Amino acid sequence: MLREQFSREKLLKMLRKMIEIRLFEERVERLYREGKIIGPTHLYFGQEAVAVGVIEALDKDDVVISTYRGHGHGVARGVPMKAILGEILGRAVGTCKGLGGSMHAPISVEHNIPLATAIVGSGLPIAVGVGLAFKYRERRNVATVFFGDGAVNTGAFHEALNLAAVWKLPVLFVCENNLYAMYTSLKNVLAAESIAARASSYGIPSYVAFGNDVLEVYETTSKALEKIRDQSGPAFIECRTYRQKGHGGYDFGTWYRAKEEIEEWMRRDPINMLTERMKAKGFITDEERKKIEEEVAAELDKVVEEVLSSPFYDYEKLPSLVYANPP
Amino acid sequence: MATRELTYVEALNEALREEMRRDDSVIVFGEEVAAAGGVYKVTKDLLKEFGPKRVLDTPISEIAIVGAAIGAALNGLRPVAEIMFFDFVGIAFDQLVTHASKMRFMSGGQVKLPLVIRTQYSLGRSYGSQHTQFLAASLLQAPGLKIVAPATPYDAKGLLKSSIRDDDPVLFVESGALYVNRSYYGYRGPVPEEEYLIPLGKADVKRVGDDVTIVAVSRTVSEAMAAANQLEEKGVKAEVVDLRTIMPMDYETIINSVKKTNRLVVAEDSVKTGGISAEVASHVCEYAFEYLEAPIVRLNSPPMPAPQASELEKKYMVSAEKIVNAVTKLVK
Repeated sequence: MLREQFSREKLLKMLRKMIEIRLFEERVERLYREGKIIGPTHLYFGQEAVAVGVIEALDKDDVVISTYRGHGHGVARGVPMKAILGEILGRAVGTCKGLGGSMHAPISVEHNIPLATAIVGSGLPIAVGVGLAFKYRERRNVATVFFGDGAVNTGAFHEALNLAAVWKLPVLFVCENNLYAMYTSLKNVLAAESIAARASSYGIPSYVAFGNDVLEVYETTSKALEKIRDQSGPAFIECRTYRQKGHGGYDFGTWYRAKEEIEEWMRRDPINMLTERMKAKGFITDEERKKIEEEVAAELDKVVEEVLSSPFYDYEKLPSLVYANPP
Repeated sequence: MATRELTYVEALNEALREEMRRDDSVIVFGEEVAAAGGVYKVTKDLLKEFGPKRVLDTPISEIAIVGAAIGAALNGLRPVAEIMFFDFVGIAFDQLVTHASKMRFMSGGQVKLPLVIRTQYSLGRSYGSQHTQFLAASLLQAPGLKIVAPATPYDAKGLLKSSIRDDDPVLFVESGALYVNRSYYGYRGPVPEEEYLIPLGKADVKRVGDDVTIVAVSRTVSEAMAAANQLEEKGVKAEVVDLRTIMPMDYETIINSVKKTNRLVVAEDSVKTGGISAEVASHVCEYAFEYLEAPIVRLNSPPMPAPQASELEKKYMVSAEKIVNAVTKLVK
């Protein structure tokens, strides 16, 4: 059932964002296999509906804390693909001048992404502080933090949830549960009924959303944001989704996951799911989707070429970036 | 300039109070800092003056305390968070070292983190192995962080005010011994009524002399000053250099002093292996070797955990007596 409140424009916007993320990651994967990307690279394939569904529901002044699997968060937030790819390829045009790399590529203060962390679970306490500042300044904005299912077993997760709850802070915790922390299945490391149930035990309103359904993610996020603003406290969403690729660029994700499981999740591809619903509503044709893909591909051709021919940052300038107020 | 005597704790409290009055982006949080006013009263009555929005008690959650300070700093505030004992900073090592110290650099200079983490080490108070250690040397591997360690009430106030106004993350290390031990030079001292700031990154020559340089920091400055008094009676003029800021270190002041005295003793509370003294000594060897007329002497805690029994702890610590003995041999 396609909800009536989603206009064609809104759905097209979300579809396009998801296609941008998918095609962007395809380029990243190719560049990685060609040996042009050196260093860790974690792909967002399959989770596009989470980034787009959550971020579309946010206000532009809300803050987003991302992770090392964050290219999709950056693209969804509107960080230029050239700057993200520039960062992944370590160039001076990158978001972080090439000093961060893939794992920090979405960082863009201009887009209110002050952090993408490479340490599992560590973004949650920092989001609590962002929320503390919003509350202190009596702003209605929300600190949103993305993290994976692996993060829920870190101490930082528990300390952050508890502090956000006792201080009643505007923090939206978004768990992208893709069922595997590296190669370890969630069922081997979580004895609780669910991740959302664990969050509930801290007194935080918690929701489960099918993370491949962008509309469900969007609606659940909107509901959670309303709750945060009404009750002046945090909310938690567990988005159940799937990593279509491996943990990192070097991993194909096959030896520890059943073929049937992968195939089942591929059938529930988030971009195809949205396309089918839009087609049923008469909002899009196959040709129109193809046209979007061609436009994005053309843009990416240009971006890849420009980035590959662009320079690295000047090593001699690095010491000046260590301190804001050097002695 | 009007001056009165304040204790180390009172001076710290006054610094917090003044900065909170001056700038409403300064907030204070940590374990027992609000209702209790701090277990050592450094945050005494801040809750009363500034209210619960700006002075907050936290659960025992060091990761969340430092993480929340980082987030608040990213979002426009100037948080001053307290970690009750330096040993507990280890719990939040990831947030302090892997996040706070690196975030500016790895974001290509996009973010700044104006935050202060106040903590204290209790060597000299018989708190045992897990509540005693001066761990600053282990954090020398975290460029991007500033580490400040005041030795007197005057320095405590001026350096804390500067740390709060600084745009980088500052680990502000206080001495638990200076909170309570009235016999120390740094326990009580003159503090001007008028406002003043002390720049970060600059060492301070606490006493001028020609015969030997004693580099000290935090609690050991009191030991060095006591030693210098005793040495003067024996006709030896010691120059006492207080690092004040441990990182980035003011090597210039150290080297200028060594150029004058040609002898160096480094006395500080790290465990000797890889301690701050190792950094000072190796720097002087590397860049001012030709000025040395005698081997450098390093006085530290030995490489073992601190014993609890006060009689044993006294033997474990750097003392004025140990400094006097070392200098006496050195100038012979």
